[in-house]
Amino acid sequence: MMNSTAPAVRVAGLRVRRGGREVLHEVTFEVPRGSIVGLLGPSGCGKTTLIRSIVGVQIVTSGTVTVLGEPAGAPSLRRRVGYATQQPAVYADLSVTENLRYFASVLGAPRSDVDRVVAEVGLERQRDQLVATLSGGQLGRANLAVALLGAPELVVLDEPTVGLDPVLRQELWALFRRLADRGVTLIVSSHVMDEAGRTDRLLLMREGRILADGTPAELRAASGTDDLEQTFLNLISERTEARTS
Amino acid sequence: MSMVITLATTRRILAQLRHDYGTIGLMVGVPSVLMILLRYVFDQPTLFDRIGPMLLGMFPFVIMFIVTSVGTLRERAGGTLERLMTMPMGRLDLLVGYALAFGVLALAQVGVVLAISLTWLGLDLAGSGWALLLVAVLDALLGMALGLFASAFARSEFQAVQFMPAFVLPQALLCGLIMPRDQMASWLEAISDVLPLTYAVDAMQQVSREPDVGGELVRDIVVVAGCTLLALLLGAATLRRRTP
Repeated sequence: MMNSTAPAVRVAGLRVRRGGREVLHEVTFEVPRGSIVGLLGPSGCGKTTLIRSIVGVQIVTSGTVTVLGEPAGAPSLRRRVGYATQQPAVYADLSVTENLRYFASVLGAPRSDVDRVVAEVGLERQRDQLVATLSGGQLGRANLAVALLGAPELVVLDEPTVGLDPVLRQELWALFRRLADRGVTLIVSSHVMDEAGRTDRLLLMREGRILADGTPAELRAASGTDDLEQTFLNLISERTEARTS
Repeated sequence: MSMVITLATTRRILAQLRHDYGTIGLMVGVPSVLMILLRYVFDQPTLFDRIGPMLLGMFPFVIMFIVTSVGTLRERAGGTLERLMTMPMGRLDLLVGYALAFGVLALAQVGVVLAISLTWLGLDLAGSGWALLLVAVLDALLGMALGLFASAFARSEFQAVQFMPAFVLPQALLCGLIMPRDQMASWLEAISDVLPLTYAVDAMQQVSREPDVGGELVRDIVVVAGCTLLALLLGAATLRRRTP
C-alpha cells in the first residue's frame, strides 16, 4: 500500500480558535508509523485541542491534519483510529463488558476483542462491575480499553495514566510498547515528565506551540541535561529570552 | 445507516435501563397512579371516558420528552457522543436506536396503564385497544423526537428539564384537554392547529369514541408521524461530528 509509507500523522500550520481565543498557533509536526509519541506540556497548553484535531472532532481555523494518509476525521478512518478522551467517555450505568460489547459492535470488531482488551488493561476482576462503581484508575482503564477495540493503526490517548499506581503505569507502558512493536502508532499525552523517557519521540508543548520535537535523548543532549523536566524549563527560558531580546 | 449498529444501540439503551429499576418503575408506575387518581377525583365515568384516553396519549409524550432530552444531554456532556462520532456510527443509527428502545418502553408503559384503565377503572373504549396502543407509541416517539431536538439547545440538565414546561405545557393547555378547542378564542385555536400534541390527543379521542378507523384518525396519525420524522431529522442535524 502506498499509504503505509506516509507518516501516521502530519500536521501542518494548524490553527484552532476556541472560546474566541487562538489556542493552537501554526502547529506543524509529523509522527512516524509504529512509534510512541509523547505529547507533553502543562495543563491548558492545547494538548487536548491538538488531539481532538487529530481524531477529527475539532473545528479547525486553518491548516491541515492528515492521518494515515487521509484528512483527519475522514469516514474511512473511523475504524482505523482508536481514541480515548481524558474524561472517561463510557456509560456509567453499564458494566465494563456491556460497554465494551457495545463499542465493539459499533466498530464491527469481533466479540472476542472484549476479552482481549479487558485482559490488556487488567480489568478481569471488574469486568462485570458497573462502571459507576469503579475507582478512578479502573475507570481510566475501562476508557482506555475502548480505544484498543478492533485493530486500530493509530491509538490516540489523552492522559491515559492519570491516577494510576506505579505498577499499573509500568504495565500500561509495556502494553503501549507491545502495540508499537506490532506496528501501531501511539500518541500519548501527559503532563508528567517522568513518563516522557518511555516514548520514542517527544513533542513538548506550551501555550499552543510546539517547543521541541525529537527523541528524548536528542532533547536531553540539546539542552545539556539528563533531566527532561530541566530540559523543558531550559527551553522555556530560551524562548522567553529570544522574545524579549 | 447500519442495522447492526442501530440494534446494538437499542440493546445498549435497554441495558442501561435494566440497571435502573427506579426509572422503569417511575415510567410505568407514575402514569398508572395518576390515572387511578384521575378516575377517583372525577368519580364520574362519563367524564373519565372523555379525559382518560387523552391522558393516555399525553403520558408517553411527556415522559419520553424528559427522558430523551436528559438522556441525550448526558450523552453529549459525558463525551460518549463524541466518542461514537469518531466511530463508524451514523447519526441516524443513533437516533433510530433511541427511537426503537424508547418505543419498546412506551409500549410497556401504555400497555400497563391501558390494562389498568380498561379493567379496574372501567374505561369505556369504542375503538380497538390496538389502535390506541399504536397512537400511544406514536405519541411517545413524537415526545422522544422533540426531546432529542430540544436537548441540542440545553446547556445543562437544569435547562433540559426546564424545556419540558416550555415545550410541553403550552401544547397541553391548547390541545383540547382542558378546554375543547372549538370553545377557545379563534387565535388560540389557530395556534393549536399547528401544534403536534393537538393531533396526538385528537387521535386518542377518535380511538375512544369511534369504533372504526376513520379519516380524521388517519389524518391525525399522519400528522403525528410526520412531525416525529421532522423532529428526528432536525435532531439529526444537531448531532455534529466536529464541535468548536
